[in-house]
Amino acid sequence: MGATSWGFKKSLWVFHLNAGACNNCDIEVLDCLTPRFDIERFGMKLVGSVKHADVLLVSGFVSRKVLPDVIETYEQAPKPVAVVALGACGCTGGIFRDGYNFAGPVDKVIPVDAYIPGCPPRPEAIIDGIVKLMGKL
Amino acid sequence: MASTLGLVLNFLIFPGLLFTAIVGLLTQWVDRKVSARVQWRVGPPWYQPFADILKLLGKEILIPEGAGRTGFLFAPLAGLAAVGVVSTMLWLANIQGGGFVGDLIGVLYLLTIPSLGMIIGAAASGNPLASVGASREMKLVLAYELPFIIAIFTAVTKVSPMTLRLDGILDYQAVNGVLLGNASCIIAFIVAILCAQAKLTYPPFDVPEADTELMDGTHMEYSGAALAVVKLSQAMMLFTLPIFFITIFWGGIVLTGWGILYTIIKYVIIVTIIVLIKNTNPRVRIDQAVRFFWGPVTVLAIIGMVLAMVGL
Repeated sequence: MGATSWGFKKSLWVFHLNAGACNNCDIEVLDCLTPRFDIERFGMKLVGSVKHADVLLVSGFVSRKVLPDVIETYEQAPKPVAVVALGACGCTGGIFRDGYNFAGPVDKVIPVDAYIPGCPPRPEAIIDGIVKLMGKL
Repeated sequence: MASTLGLVLNFLIFPGLLFTAIVGLLTQWVDRKVSARVQWRVGPPWYQPFADILKLLGKEILIPEGAGRTGFLFAPLAGLAAVGVVSTMLWLANIQGGGFVGDLIGVLYLLTIPSLGMIIGAAASGNPLASVGASREMKLVLAYELPFIIAIFTAVTKVSPMTLRLDGILDYQAVNGVLLGNASCIIAFIVAILCAQAKLTYPPFDVPEADTELMDGTHMEYSGAALAVVKLSQAMMLFTLPIFFITIFWGGIVLTGWGILYTIIKYVIIVTIIVLIKNTNPRVRIDQAVRFFWGPVTVLAIIGMVLAMVGL
């Protein structure tokens, strides 16, 4: 294992992309930064620019309107980049799977490395998923 | 020839780039850990900044469409080199007494180059948010340079005979006690710490970066190794500025006997002050920052200067 891949595993910077989520998952993502869960212990932090991202955290069922934006954001992220589908909608489409504007789920649009189901997933579940992703990288 | 090689080694390894980078990254960990404790969190492990830099070195460098390649990639390198030179000059003046006439002015010049590099790099990236960040950084440089220079020259005025050599200031302090013992220099020190906050673009003066507003502003478009250079020069600034203040106001670095402990304590105190200011203040608007520096801070700096002239 080289030094850069060790660094990659220990320092995942997360860019959070809302692809048509109802905001519940997004609130739970913010919970991970609070003192109780403190995801910075694992070296993770939320970044504002996709050019700094190592993990694309995609929440939401990917509506037709945001489909081109999701693809463009993925292409703009510097490789290697891992993609995590968050929430029931991100993993399967959830209750929106029969909707007229459903273009997802996330793994139909971009390659996904980890799935975190739940509606919304608890912060413990998010941390568990991310740690499993770290083991996989 | 040997001395040229020695200088190159000084610049590249000890006290220059490599040493400054390692200690700077450790300081950045202290910064993140203290911030985490202030917010009642646990915080990252000690190797976190090193992992960040190593990871960034292994990632793809993206150059945005329509960006000026040369300016975009070389401006951060100029900043990194400038901080390395400043660190080398300060340490050589402290350890070997190796100064030359006017090196203080050289240090003041070189300390602005990282900011200028960020302005050039951000303007060359062709991103609207980055260019807003660049324009704010420009205003911030104009705002803090005036009180910063007045504060440093308060110390120069206090030293008799007046000297612009770093080792001259150190020699004066070795004989007559540290400059921080004088009222004028305490005021100048406070002003300098406030300006350091803006030089490091830390809150409350992080207007050019503004995480939530400009998405990292000036270095928004950087990725991979280029971002590593930007982050590294920030870490090195965090190391170099406290060393500069210790040299000018607080008796300099001593690497013999108990001096090592005192030096570390001085350094940690200055870093902790900077980190605590960072954690207890919200971001100000750019107009408030300029008004703050040109108003109260400059007045304070001038009061310090006048006190130094009347001999306090």
